[in-house]
Amino acid sequence: MKFGVVVFPGSNCNADAYYAVRDVLQQPVEYIWHQDDNLHGVDCVILPGGFSYGDYLRCGAIARFSPVMQAVEAFAREGGLVIGICNGFQILCEAHLLPGALVRNEGLRFVCKHVYLRVENTNTPFTNCCRQGEVLRIPIAHGEGRYVCDRDTLQELQANNQILFRYCDSRGAITRESNPNGSLSNIAGIANERFNVMGMMPHPERACEAILGSEDGLKIFQSIVHSALAVAR
Amino acid sequence: MPRVRVLVTLKPTLLDAQGRTVQEALHALGYTNVNQVRIGKVIEMDITDEGQPVEAQVKEMCDRLLANPVTELYAIEVLE
Repeated sequence: MKFGVVVFPGSNCNADAYYAVRDVLQQPVEYIWHQDDNLHGVDCVILPGGFSYGDYLRCGAIARFSPVMQAVEAFAREGGLVIGICNGFQILCEAHLLPGALVRNEGLRFVCKHVYLRVENTNTPFTNCCRQGEVLRIPIAHGEGRYVCDRDTLQELQANNQILFRYCDSRGAITRESNPNGSLSNIAGIANERFNVMGMMPHPERACEAILGSEDGLKIFQSIVHSALAVAR
Repeated sequence: MPRVRVLVTLKPTLLDAQGRTVQEALHALGYTNVNQVRIGKVIEMDITDEGQPVEAQVKEMCDRLLANPVTELYAIEVLE
């Protein structure tokens, strides 16, 4: 399964994502420059973290109109797998590939620490290697990660099980204290209605080896490979 | 050449964490009669008149790029 990591000016987690896929997951991967208007035949696109185009105007607002994003939008419409991490999640929301938006953290601070996430839906290409209700320990690093949407959208997300990850405590309880940024309903990651596009604020690529303090993030990449194998069969 | 000012503000239903913090700072300075501080952005631009209505064009810019309809409201002012 071939992965592509998009590189925008200002991306800073592209090398981590590339390393996680190539060296830990041991799958082919290549970089895709933001000016490219084709995706080099990849099976899964990763939009990495960072500060694309300086995050000017709003996070992801400029990146959304880059040539590569026109290709990513077409790829997603055809059912291609797209995962947006941190700034990648913000870009997917700006591009309307995911509902809602990410705004300034409630506490205004940039928060950089390991958090706990509860897996809310395992029947997706991004979470099928997790157990329902499993608690993952994965770092966050963002200043604008507070997920917001209108009431109808939240109801749809809940009704369709599109919320994949919620911030929780170490035992999996969804509490106000475990919510690092004030996200609506403790939302840390969501998928679109077709479950081929997923965005999450935490960084699974930074949690793929024991030496990094957690291997839980690898389950997300393994899930993607697993789902592709299932389709191939 | 019309000069246009766009005022982008967070929707009133959204918590403005920045506004809240600035309000607390104002209170700390003794301005305790200040409430509902909200912070937005001002975008100003010159637009060359090409025959099409400027306001409609700027509205389109706001809908596509300058504001996020999920979280923000905007107001357009043609200055001259």
